[in-house]
Amino acid sequence: MKEYAVIGKATTNVDGFAKVTGQAQYTFDMVLPQMLYGKILRSSYPHAKILNIDTSKAKKLAGVKAVITAKDTGEHKQGCWRRFRELCDEPVLCLEKVRYIGDPVAAVAAIDEDIAEEALDLIEVEYEPLLAVFDPLEAMKEGAPQIHDGVKNNINVTRNIEWGNVEEGFKNSDHIREDKFVLAPQSHTPLETHGALASFDGNGRLTVWTSTQTPYYVQCLLAETLEMGENDVRVIKPHVGGGFGGKNELFADQFCASFLSKKTGRPVKIVYSREEEFIAARRRIPMYYYLKIGAKRDGTLLAKEVRVITDGGAYTSMNATGLYLTGWFSAFPYKYPNYKYDGYKVYTNKNPASSMRGFGAPQAVFAGESQIDMLAEDLGIDPLEIRKRNAMTPHYVVPGQATIESCGLPQALDKMGEYLKKRGKLPKDRGIGLACYGFNSGGVFNWFHTPYAFSSALVKINIDGKVDLYTLAADVGQGSNTTLAMICAEELGVHLEDIRLHTGDTTLCSTDLGAWASRETLMMGNAVKMAAADVKRQLFEIAAMKMSPNIVYDFEAKDRRIYLRERPDRGLSYYDVVKDAIRAKDGQLIIGRGYYTPHGKGMISPAFSFGVQAVEVEVDRETGQVKIIKVTTAHDSGQVINPLGVRGQLEGAIMMAAGYGLCEDMPTDEGKILNPNLVDYKLIRYRDMPETETIEIDTYEPEGPFGAKEAGEGLTCPTAGALANAIYHAVGVRINDNPITPEKVLRALKEKEGKSTRRSARKA
Amino acid sequence: MKRELKLTVNGEPYQLFIEPKRLLVDVLRNELGLKGTKTGCNSGACAACTVLIDGKAVKSCSILALQADGRDITTIEGLADGLNLHPIQQSFIDHWAFQCGFCTPGQIMAAKALLDENPNPTTEEVKLAMDGHLCRCTGYNMIVEAILAAAQKLQQEAR
Repeated sequence: MKEYAVIGKATTNVDGFAKVTGQAQYTFDMVLPQMLYGKILRSSYPHAKILNIDTSKAKKLAGVKAVITAKDTGEHKQGCWRRFRELCDEPVLCLEKVRYIGDPVAAVAAIDEDIAEEALDLIEVEYEPLLAVFDPLEAMKEGAPQIHDGVKNNINVTRNIEWGNVEEGFKNSDHIREDKFVLAPQSHTPLETHGALASFDGNGRLTVWTSTQTPYYVQCLLAETLEMGENDVRVIKPHVGGGFGGKNELFADQFCASFLSKKTGRPVKIVYSREEEFIAARRRIPMYYYLKIGAKRDGTLLAKEVRVITDGGAYTSMNATGLYLTGWFSAFPYKYPNYKYDGYKVYTNKNPASSMRGFGAPQAVFAGESQIDMLAEDLGIDPLEIRKRNAMTPHYVVPGQATIESCGLPQALDKMGEYLKKRGKLPKDRGIGLACYGFNSGGVFNWFHTPYAFSSALVKINIDGKVDLYTLAADVGQGSNTTLAMICAEELGVHLEDIRLHTGDTTLCSTDLGAWASRETLMMGNAVKMAAADVKRQLFEIAAMKMSPNIVYDFEAKDRRIYLRERPDRGLSYYDVVKDAIRAKDGQLIIGRGYYTPHGKGMISPAFSFGVQAVEVEVDRETGQVKIIKVTTAHDSGQVINPLGVRGQLEGAIMMAAGYGLCEDMPTDEGKILNPNLVDYKLIRYRDMPETETIEIDTYEPEGPFGAKEAGEGLTCPTAGALANAIYHAVGVRINDNPITPEKVLRALKEKEGKSTRRSARKA
Repeated sequence: MKRELKLTVNGEPYQLFIEPKRLLVDVLRNELGLKGTKTGCNSGACAACTVLIDGKAVKSCSILALQADGRDITTIEGLADGLNLHPIQQSFIDHWAFQCGFCTPGQIMAAKALLDENPNPTTEEVKLAMDGHLCRCTGYNMIVEAILAAAQKLQQEAR
C-alpha cells in the first residue's frame, strides 16, 4: 500500500473549532435586518378538496405583512425527477386539493413568530373531505380513492429489473422458499429542522440560506417555481444540523420564504417546528416485500424473484429512485444468475416517503438477509457459509446493471469467520445475527437532468501558497469538508492547514448534485483531486523550467516541496515555485479546475462498498426487551481517506439502523401521525448503544480518488436485518416486520411456547 | 407587561426588560445574541438547549427566563478562554465527538456539569448522566470517549 502524507491518517474535523464553541452558524441562527417571520398553514385533512380560502382576517391582523395561497403563487407542481415531467407532482402550495395531513395550503409573513402563528389561526379554509386511502395495497384496488388525476390504481411509478431466467432458475433449484416482510417508516429526525431565510434584493435577485443537502437542486427548483433565471437565485448552505436524506428536495419553507420575501421586499425566515418536521418533511419508504428464492442443496443461489409495493405517500419525491435501488440491492451482495424485480410505488394519503440514508437498501437487507438465514437453516448450512458461497467478488458483472470493480466482501467474510470463532459459545438467550450489504458511491442516473458535470471543483493558489478550494459539496455533518480538504492537500503536496474551504454557495462554486447516494467522497473527491492536479501541473511546468531535469524524471509534490521522484534530494520549495508561477503568468492567480461525471459505469454507481456485520443481542424473555450487546463490522470502503470520519459514520449508522430495527416507527390513524414529537418517537439513546468493533478490509477502487469508496450510507444497511437474525438465534423467534418491539417479541415467544406445549400435549 | 430580569451570563451582568412568558433560551439567543445554544424540540425532549445555571445543567427551553432571575448562567460561548478551548471542547474535536454539531453545545455543557460534579466518572456514569441528550449523528460512543478523556485531562491539570 502506498504511504500517503495526509490521507489515511486520523484527522480532526476542519469545522471543529466552530462547532465546539457555538460559532458555527446554522440557518436556524440567522437573522437579517428587517427580517420577517413566516409560518405555513397545513392541511388537517388527509384528502380533501379546497373549496375556498379566506385570508382577509389574517391580513388585517396588526403585524402581518403578507398572506399567500396558491392563488397568489400558482400551484407549480415540482419535483427532482425533471426528466419525467409527470413525476414532478408536488405543488408548492395546494390549489384545488390536499393529499395528506400536513400539505401546505397558505403561508404568512409577520413581524414576529407569535403574530405569524396567530395569523394562521385566522385563515379560514373550507374543505370538502374526500375518501382517503392509507395502505398501498388498498390504494391499488379498483375503486380506491384516486389521489392524483389520471393515475390508475394510484400506481405512480413501476420499476422492473431482470436478468437471466428466474423460471429456469427455480426449476433447477433443490429448495425454494417464499417469504413476506413488512418494512416500517422511519423519520430522519435531524436535530436542526428544515428552515430557510430568503432575501430579494432591489435587482430582482434572490439569496436563500437554507438547511439543505442539495443547494443546486434548491436553486434550480426555486428558479423554476418562482419563474426566475437559474442564476438570479443564489442558494447558500450554512452549517446544516443533519440531513440523512431528508433535505434533498425543494420544501415549502424554501419556496414560501422566497415568495413572501419577493412580495414584502423584506427578508423572510421560516423554520419548521419539530411537529412539522415529523408530519410534513419526509420519511423512509415503508414497503411490502415479497421474496422467492431458489438454491441448490449446497447453498448455491440460483434464482430470486422480488415484488415490492411501497407506501409512497402523496407525491413522487425521490421515492422513484428508492424504488429502483431497493430492487437493485435485493440482488446484493450475492451472485444471482437469475433475478427478477417488480416494484410499485403507490400513492397514499400520507406525507411523501423519500430518500433516507441507505435509500431502499436497509429494507432490501432486512428482508433479504432474514431470508438468507432462513434458507441456510432449511438447507442445514451455517449462516456464514451460505454467504461466503454466494458473495460477490472483484470484477463481477451484474448483467445490464453494473460492474463491480473492487470488492472486499470475501475477505470481510473470512475475517468475520475468525471473529465468530473467537467469540465462541454464547450464554443463554444471547444470539449473533449476520447481515451482508453493499452500497453505491454516488449515483449514475441523471433524472434531475442537469447539463453540468455531476461534481466540479476549483482550486486557487495565492502568492503565499495558501490554497482556496471551492466546492458545492454539502457537508451536513458527515465530514465531507474534511475529506475533500485532505484529498486536495494530498494531491497538491501541501498541509491540511494550507487549504481554505469555500463551500455550499451556488454562486461561488460550480455545480455538485449534493450530499446523497454517498456521492461526495468518490465524485467530488475525484473533481477536487483533478483540480488540485491541474494546479500542480502548472507548478511542475515552472519547476521544470527552473531545474531543467533530465526528461526521464517525474516531478512529485509533497510536504510543501516539489522534487524529482527518482531523486528526492533535488527539489524546490513549494512557496518559491508558487511565486515564480504567478510571475510567469503575468501576475495571475494559479487556478485549477476539476470535474467528474461517471461514464461507461452502467446504470447504478461507479463503485460499491461492501461489508458484513455481526450483531449480538440478549433477549429478555420476561419483557421481550432486546439489548444489543455488541456490533462488529468488517467493511470495505476502499482506501479510507479519514479513519476518524469513517468511524463516526459507522457509529452513527449503527445508532440509526438499530432504531430502525428496534424502536423507530411512525404509526398513523386515518393518516395522522400519532407520535410527532421526540418523546413518543423513540430514538436510540446513550445507554442503548452497544460496544462496537471494526475490521477494516483494504481494497483499492480504481474509479475512486486514491482508491476511495463510500462509507456513509452502506453502514446503515446491515444492522436491522442482523438484529432480526440475532433475535432468532437467541430465542428462536423470527419477526418479519420492523421495528422489532418488545410487544412483537413477547407475542412471538408466547405463540412459540403455545405451539410447543400443543406439540408435547399431542405427544403425550 | 414587561418585567425586569437580571442575569449574569458568561461572567457579564445583564439587565433586561422582558415579557414574563419568554423562555430562557429565547432570551439567551434573541436578546443576548448567544446563538450557540440550540433548540431541537422546544419541549424538553432533546436537551440541545442545555446551559449551566449556577453550575447545574438545565434545559433552557423548559424554564422561563424570569425563573433564572439573579442567577449565574454559562453558555457554550462562555466555556473557552478566548481562542483557548476548554479541555472538554478540545476532547470533542480530538475524538470526532460531533458531526453536524447542532446538539454539540448542549452535550458539551452537560459534560461540563457532569465533570464538575463527578471528576472521574465511569463509562456507565457518563452514559447515565448524558442519557437525555439526543444526537442523530454520532451514535454517542465517541462522545462518551471524549468525555472520559477530558476527565483524565482535567484531573491531570488539577494535580
